[in-house]
Amino acid sequence: MEEVRLMKGNEALAEAAIRCGCDGYFGYPITPQSEVMETLMLLKPWETTGMVVMQAESEVASINMVYAGAGCGKKVMTSTSSPGFSLMQEGVSYIAGADIPALVVNVMRGGPGLGTIQPSQADYFQTVKGGGHGDYRQITLAPASVQEMADFVSLGFDLAFKYNILSVILADGLIGQMMEKVVLPPYQARRTNEEIRKECPWASLGRTADRKRNVITSLELEPGPMEARNLALQEKYRTIEANEVRFENVGCDDADYLLMAFGSSARICQKAIEIAAEQGIKLGLLRPITLWPFCTEEIQRQLSHIKGILSVEFNAGQMVEDVKLAVEGKVPVHHFGRMGGIVPTPEEVVEAVKSKFNL
Amino acid sequence: MKHEIIIAGFGGQGVLSMGKILAYSGLMQGKEVTWLPAYGPEQRGGTANVTVIISDERISSPILNTYDTAIILNQQSLDKFESKVKPGGNLIYDPYGISTAPTRTDINVYTIDAMDTALAMGAAKSFNMIILGGLLQICPIVDLEYVMLGLKKSLPERHHHLLPQNEAAIKKGMEIITKKD
Amino acid sequence: MTAQDIIKPENLVYSKPSLLNDNTMHYCPGCSHGVVHKLIAEVIEEMGIMDKTVGVSPVGCAVFAYNYIDIDWQEAAHGRAPAIATAIKRLLPEHLVFTYQGDGDLAAIGTAETIHAVNRGDNLAMIFINNAIYGMTGGQMAPTTLEGMKTATCPYGRDPQLNGYHLPITNLVAQLEGARYVTRQSVHTAAAVRNAKKAIRKAFENALCPEKKGASFVEIVSTCNSGWKLSPEKANQWMVENMFKAYPIGDLKNI
Repeated sequence: MEEVRLMKGNEALAEAAIRCGCDGYFGYPITPQSEVMETLMLLKPWETTGMVVMQAESEVASINMVYAGAGCGKKVMTSTSSPGFSLMQEGVSYIAGADIPALVVNVMRGGPGLGTIQPSQADYFQTVKGGGHGDYRQITLAPASVQEMADFVSLGFDLAFKYNILSVILADGLIGQMMEKVVLPPYQARRTNEEIRKECPWASLGRTADRKRNVITSLELEPGPMEARNLALQEKYRTIEANEVRFENVGCDDADYLLMAFGSSARICQKAIEIAAEQGIKLGLLRPITLWPFCTEEIQRQLSHIKGILSVEFNAGQMVEDVKLAVEGKVPVHHFGRMGGIVPTPEEVVEAVKSKFNL
Repeated sequence: MKHEIIIAGFGGQGVLSMGKILAYSGLMQGKEVTWLPAYGPEQRGGTANVTVIISDERISSPILNTYDTAIILNQQSLDKFESKVKPGGNLIYDPYGISTAPTRTDINVYTIDAMDTALAMGAAKSFNMIILGGLLQICPIVDLEYVMLGLKKSLPERHHHLLPQNEAAIKKGMEIITKKD
Repeated sequence: MTAQDIIKPENLVYSKPSLLNDNTMHYCPGCSHGVVHKLIAEVIEEMGIMDKTVGVSPVGCAVFAYNYIDIDWQEAAHGRAPAIATAIKRLLPEHLVFTYQGDGDLAAIGTAETIHAVNRGDNLAMIFINNAIYGMTGGQMAPTTLEGMKTATCPYGRDPQLNGYHLPITNLVAQLEGARYVTRQSVHTAAAVRNAKKAIRKAFENALCPEKKGASFVEIVSTCNSGWKLSPEKANQWMVENMFKAYPIGDLKNI
C-alpha cells in the first residue's frame, strides 16, 4: 500500500529500496548518508522481503559485492558519499565492462580529498564523464526532492535492467538530510531465482544442463573482440541518449533568461525565479533529471527566444561545460556556484543573474 | 499561505525535534513541509538550527536567507538570525539564554519564559513544547489537534504516555508568550 | 588385444572430468594450476552440484579459470574475490560459492577482503594457490616470496630490510573465529594430489552445510617453474626443500 510519511531523503531511499523488491544492499558508513544503512538495519528487511543488508569492510568491498549481486541478476545497490564513490570507481568500471545492471547512490559532499560533510555537487564530472577507467557511461539521476529520492530507486533499477547498465542516483547532502512529505510506493515482491533465470539468461546462478556456462567478466585480451565489445557499449549508450533523457521545464518557454540547475540547486533556483519576477526579470528553470543522458535538444529548443543561460551548481562549473556544448556559442552561457559545502541562497542567484547579464 | 521558520539554539535543547513535530503537524493537516537541519558534528553540543517551511503549495527552496519567524534560544543564534527576519516578521526568544536583547523595531518581538516555566512545571524536557505553544499562539500555522497528531507520529510509542504532559506544555506556552513593546 | 579392445568403455580406468572442457590451457607445462583445476572439476561433478555452483576467479595466472571449468563464474577485480563470493553466498545461500586466488591476489592487494570474508564466517570455500611469485605479470615478488628468493622485483633475493618477510597468511586466517577448516596441501605427487582432492571436497561440503557456519580455506603450496626458472622436476624439489619449511603441509584448523 502507498503510505504518506515525513522522512529524510536518506531514509526515504532505504524504505523505497525495500519496497521496490531490492535483493541486496551492501554499504559502508560515511556522512552524510549513513542513515541509509542505519534505516535498513533497523527495518530488518531480511525478515520480511528477504532483502540482504550487509555492512562491508570498505567501499572497495561494497561495490564489488554489488558487482557480485548484479552478476547473479539480482537487484542490488549501495550508497555512499563522495570519497567513498572515488574508492568505488574500480568496481564501477568493471560493472560497465561486464554489462551488468546495478544501482549506486552518491550523496555528494564537498571535496576534493576528505573535504567537508556539507552539501556539494562537485562529483558531476566524476559521474557524468566516468570516474573510472575506460570508455563507459552510467545513467545518472539527480533527485531534487525527498519524493524523487524514493522514486528514483525503482526508476534507477528499471533503467539498469532495461539496458544492463549502472544507474547512479547523484544526490547531495541537502537532499539526503532534509525531511519532506513523501509518498512511499506499495511493496513489490522480489523476483525468484527461476524468474531471474528467465529474465536474465546471462546471470551466474549456477549452470543448468541445458545451457553453456555463464561468465561475468570484463576481460578480453584480443584487441579485435575488445573493440567489438566497446562498439557494442557505444551503441547501447546512443540508444539510451535517444530514449531516456528526462528533464523538468519550469516556465522556460516564456522566459528571457534560463537558469540551469540539478538537485537541490534547482530548488534554490525555483525560489530565485519568484524573487526575480518581483523585480521584473523573467527567468525560467531547465532542470536536467538525467545528467547523462543530457537534455541537449531541449536546451537547443530554447535558444530561439532566450538571451542567456546561467548554470547554477554547487561546484566550480561542471555541468556548464555540457550546457556550452549544447548552446554552441549561440547565446552567452555563464556559471554561478559556491564550493566547499556552502549552499547559495536564492537572493545570491538573482544577484548573479543581474551581474552576469548586466541587468 | 506559506510560513518560513528558523529555530536556532544549542544542541540538546530539542531544536531539531521541535521542528520535526511542527513539520509533522503540517503534514497531518495536509500541507507541504520541509525540515532542513544544519547537520554535522555541531549538533553534539554546539549550535543547532533547523529551517521549517509549511505551505499550501509546493515548496521551492528549503534553504532561505530570510524568515517569517525566527525562534531564538541562545545568544549566538540571536546574533546570527535577528537581521534575517523579514520586516513585519516575528522573533520569539527565551530571555533565559539571552544577555543582549534584540533591537530591531520593524519586526514583532516576543518573549517566552519557557525554561523557567518548564523547571517550575517540573518537566525540563517540555521546554521545547512550551516554545512551540508560544509560536502557535502568535501564528496559528497548524491547528492544535494536528499538532497532537504530529506529536504522536514523531514520538516513539514508548513515550506516548507523555502526550498529555506535552499538550499541557503547549497550552502553557500559548498563555505565557508576551509581546515586547 | 587390439587398440579397439583397449578403449572399450568397460576398460576405462581414468577419464578427464566432463566439467573440465577441451579448451587449450594457457598454463606453462609443469604448473600446479592445471592439476587443481582438474580436482575442482572432479569434485563438483562427483557431488552433482553444477547447477548450484558459482566460482569466482582472480586476477593473476588463474584469471582464465572460467575458460576451463564448465560452471558459472564471476571474474573478480584484483583481490576482490572474497567480497564477491560473500555477496553471492548471501544472495544464493543454497549455492556452493568458491574463490580461486593466487598469492598476490589473496595476500597482497586483497588482504582486507580475505581477512574480512573469513572473519564474517560465511560458508565459503576458498582455494589459495601459493607459488611465492607473480606468474602472470612476469615473475615479480609476492607477499609469500621467501627470504633470499630471487624475483624480477627482488633480483638480489628478498631482503627483509627492504621487503619485509614472507607472509604466512594461512596461519593468520586460521586464527579467526570465522574459519572452520584451514589446511595446507600440495599437488606434486600422486599421494599429494589425492590429499588435496580430499581437502577440496571437504571444503566444498562444508560450504554447503547449512547447520554449521564458517569459511573453509585450502592453501595449495605450488610451483611456478617458469617464474622460478627451474625445470618442473627441479621446481618440485625446490618446493619440498624450501617452501615446505615456511609453509608446512597439513591441517591448521578443523572444527
